[in-house]
Amino acid sequence: MGNWVVNHGLSALILVVWMGINIFIFVYFYLFYDLGPQFFYTRHLLGPALAWARAPAAVLNFNCLLILLPVCRNLLSFIRGSCACFRRSMRKQLDKNLSFHKLVAYMIGLMTAVHTIAHLLNLEWLNNSRQGDYDTLSTELSEIGDHSNETFLNPIRSPSTTPSYVAFTTIAGITGVIITLSLILIITSSMEVIRRSYYEVFWYTHHLFIIFFAGLVFHGAGRIVRSQTKDSMYEHNVTYCKDRPLDWGKIPECPMPQFAGGAPGTWMWVLGPMVLYVFERILRLYRSLQKVILRKTVIHPSNVLELQMQKKNFSMEVGQYVFLNCPSISQLEWHPFTMTSAPEEDFFSVHIRSMGDWTRDLISKVNEAEKGGFLPRIAVDGPFGTASEDVFDYEVSMLVGCGIGVTPFASILKSIWYKFKESNQKLRTKKIYFYWLCRETHAFEWFADLLHSLEGEMEERGMLNFLSYKLFLTGWDHSHAAHVMVHFDKDTDVVTGLKQKTHYGRPNWEKEFEDIRNAHPMSTVGVFLCGPQALGKTLESCCARYSDVDPRKARFYFNKENF
Amino acid sequence: MGQIEWAMWANEQALAAGLILLTGGVVGVAGQFKDWQFAAYGVAAGVFICLLEYPRGKRKKGTSIERTGQRYLTVCVKAFGPLTRNYYVRAGLHAVLSVPGGFMLPTVLGCVCVAIASLIYLLAAIRGEQWEPIMPRVESKERPGQSMKEPPTNPPPRPPAELRRKRQEDAAYVNPIPISVNSV
Repeated sequence: MGNWVVNHGLSALILVVWMGINIFIFVYFYLFYDLGPQFFYTRHLLGPALAWARAPAAVLNFNCLLILLPVCRNLLSFIRGSCACFRRSMRKQLDKNLSFHKLVAYMIGLMTAVHTIAHLLNLEWLNNSRQGDYDTLSTELSEIGDHSNETFLNPIRSPSTTPSYVAFTTIAGITGVIITLSLILIITSSMEVIRRSYYEVFWYTHHLFIIFFAGLVFHGAGRIVRSQTKDSMYEHNVTYCKDRPLDWGKIPECPMPQFAGGAPGTWMWVLGPMVLYVFERILRLYRSLQKVILRKTVIHPSNVLELQMQKKNFSMEVGQYVFLNCPSISQLEWHPFTMTSAPEEDFFSVHIRSMGDWTRDLISKVNEAEKGGFLPRIAVDGPFGTASEDVFDYEVSMLVGCGIGVTPFASILKSIWYKFKESNQKLRTKKIYFYWLCRETHAFEWFADLLHSLEGEMEERGMLNFLSYKLFLTGWDHSHAAHVMVHFDKDTDVVTGLKQKTHYGRPNWEKEFEDIRNAHPMSTVGVFLCGPQALGKTLESCCARYSDVDPRKARFYFNKENF
Repeated sequence: MGQIEWAMWANEQALAAGLILLTGGVVGVAGQFKDWQFAAYGVAAGVFICLLEYPRGKRKKGTSIERTGQRYLTVCVKAFGPLTRNYYVRAGLHAVLSVPGGFMLPTVLGCVCVAIASLIYLLAAIRGEQWEPIMPRVESKERPGQSMKEPPTNPPPRPPAELRRKRQEDAAYVNPIPISVNSV
């Protein structure tokens, strides 16, 4: 239990606060509409459906405010940067921005459903009231507005119409249908299956949010939720007059009640975040227009493209990522890539693997250029920081990279190399454990070169125990095993040529954590992963299990990089 | 967007649309709306569309992820052969199913969503996609080679026991651990 609090406490707190605010807003507005005396006559026509429509509307206002904030990555980067004085765990929270965005989206979907169903009932009952299907009071209330000097209560003025017609001829109705439709399309194209396989569909369809927010702001402009005005409530005593609807206007105690519509309130909630988001996109555009020099391109084995670039006033930290855009492939698409160069170098580089349409096109364009053509123009937005920036703050770090997920750690290891050469005193880290898990042998090459040089460097300075790394080949078969058995006695590994031998199969994490805890009984250990979720869960549970609640003893903090 | 299989998105959209049509129908029936017959239709059509769209089709490239428990429905859907395999048929079916929903407000959203799913299916059909069922993988048992069926009946060939034992008098030292044939 103690371990759970240490690792997840802050996330749980934020969730509880968010849910608490949602519940409070819902209950507050429910009671406001269900008990408020100004809505007495409105409730007579609509019953509890009035409150059931307005309460989710308020929750929707709150969540539509929130949903734009986690995706303002420049804003988030700024907050991360200025959080230097905050504890480590505060900055970890910002890693979970995408999860929060999805959670808020689910809440929006749920509340939209409740809101829409309540209003479907409302429109039907309003229409029936107008047609005189219910009691006298309802009919009288609905007729108010037919004569001059009367302000209507029932927004349906024609006695011979259908709810569908009303829905499509009122501002609220039309905007409601359009934005709900946009929301449905956004949600179906954001399902994990579609997002992971066809990023472009997800990205383009997601821009329907522009229509969503535009419609949302105008949704209440028709002011069709009516309540009795203050003056009217003063003159017209509801408790006495509700039983005498036919006498209204004829007796002095009951003049015709006057109604007014509620002013639209959504714009007050969402205007701020919308402006912030517009700034965010303008900033991205501005950054993208700045000139990027493509210094060098290298095609590595297994179709990995390395791009070395330079940009004015570009400064990065270890493990950060950038978004790349190639206008000749697609004007609107920006794709994230972790940088593999160290901040000490005078250029920045990314390693790109052929994974989908865009990456494939980029690699083929570069190949064509090498045969005698022009290199494509690239635009860069960033850098944006994620968890890897923290790696030097921990005395001991465990870095786990799977396959191409090793890229942020390439940047870190290179930076170590440079800091060694300069004997940089800022290095707080005393020990790094690096685990690289990979399926195929031939993806090792470009990274193996880096490890070669590091090995040599460390041997020169006699600091071989600063960095200990283990390479795991998870996709071995019998021919591999036979090959290794034959070359067992060689000094260097047959696969990579490194002094450290390649392990086969998956690591035994329990044993690794146990060993590290025994080796560093008093340290805080940062665990960094760039890899699949399943492994993340394993590592997270190991962190929780092997951490001590006592802050003086060994504690493991888990950081996951995600895209 | 060269690699996209539109049918995957059409499937998500159609499933969501079926649920929305169903919900709208339930509201219309439970609220005893004026045109409740259309709502009742919405319930029936919604359930039908959900059952039809629940089993995901097999992707041409990449791994196909099944929805929980879709195996039973896959069998049913597969049984209709070309009617469910062909996406032109599905596009037409959805287009037809969506129409009655447009006559009453609670089902109109379901109607539009099903119509959109129909359009995406049409696009998928034009691109030549088809619905293939995801069949459960048959685990092939690893069989040992033919010659390894029986345990060995004869012991391995060895020289006779007298020649294997080392003679104590010839030894330069005495081993603390007795040596056997298998020691290194």
